[in-house]
Amino acid sequence: MTAVQAAALALVALNGTAVALVADPLRQALLLGVYGLSLTVMFFSFQAPDVALSEIVVSTVGLPLVILAALRKIGEQDRKREREEDEP
Amino acid sequence: MTRTARILLFALAGPGLAAVLVIGFTGLPAFGDYHGVYGAVVTGVELSERHATDYVTALNFDLRAFDTLGEEFILFASVTGVVLLLRASSGEHQGSRDDLGAHGHLGASEALRATALLLVAILVALGGYVVLHGALTPGGGFQGGVVLAAGPVAVIVAGRYLAVRELLPAWALEALDAAGAAGYALLGLAGLVLASVYLKNFLALGIPDHLLSAGFMPLNSIAVGLEVTGGFLLVFTEFLDQALLIERSGAG
Repeated sequence: MTAVQAAALALVALNGTAVALVADPLRQALLLGVYGLSLTVMFFSFQAPDVALSEIVVSTVGLPLVILAALRKIGEQDRKREREEDEP
Repeated sequence: MTRTARILLFALAGPGLAAVLVIGFTGLPAFGDYHGVYGAVVTGVELSERHATDYVTALNFDLRAFDTLGEEFILFASVTGVVLLLRASSGEHQGSRDDLGAHGHLGASEALRATALLLVAILVALGGYVVLHGALTPGGGFQGGVVLAAGPVAVIVAGRYLAVRELLPAWALEALDAAGAAGYALLGLAGLVLASVYLKNFLALGIPDHLLSAGFMPLNSIAVGLEVTGGFLLVFTEFLDQALLIERSGAG
């Protein structure tokens, strides 16, 4: 194992733990992107550029947009419910 | 279950799990020690037999093209499911898009809009490149398709969601998604007709490293690229419709 591979693996472990430990879903979504980037570096350092490309497109384009849209919808519904509870 | 009962259960199960993990990990082959016979054979024949320089694409689109057909339709079914779930249903009411138009750029800053404008052209060019060079360099239909879908996403990020909706209406994205999936299946049928085996290469292999080489792999790559672009954009726009336009009428 080269130093780059070891560093990439350590980064994956670090970022994965960070994603699990952050409580706020919005921050978690952003960290998930960073985690995906570290996975990309890891795959690339292990000579799997095809997998690295798949990982980077899914973690930077595919996932965040869907998660952010879902979070916005949930937040909107929560706010609406709070308004309705306050009004009567 | 009370807290003490949970801790007690973990105290019993934890060491067992740890023991199994330790036994399992000590039995692993050494780092980088690869014994896959199939892998060695496949990487040995792809350049000589298929004239492809990216072995992963050659594996996906030729040697195990039938697996990719299954994956194609997994994606197709997933996209269809998401669209069915997210479309405005009877208890919901779809707001007018004119209301959204009043927001202008939906809060995107000048800097974000300039960056997005710059990114659109780069993303579309890069996506097309990755799709077309699937058999030559890393990447292929899936990766290139998502990069292509990222082009309109950059426009959405710049706050012009409605412009994207007008330019790429749902029916067009659905057609793209379906055409890609059907195209891949039809390429298989062409193999059945012209080479007497489903999904068998029926085109000249060409010179390795040239754009038009590796037989029908570029066509497979384009079909997958179309499906992935259409499918991802369809999912994105359905999610954004839910987030921005659709409201639940009455108490939900």
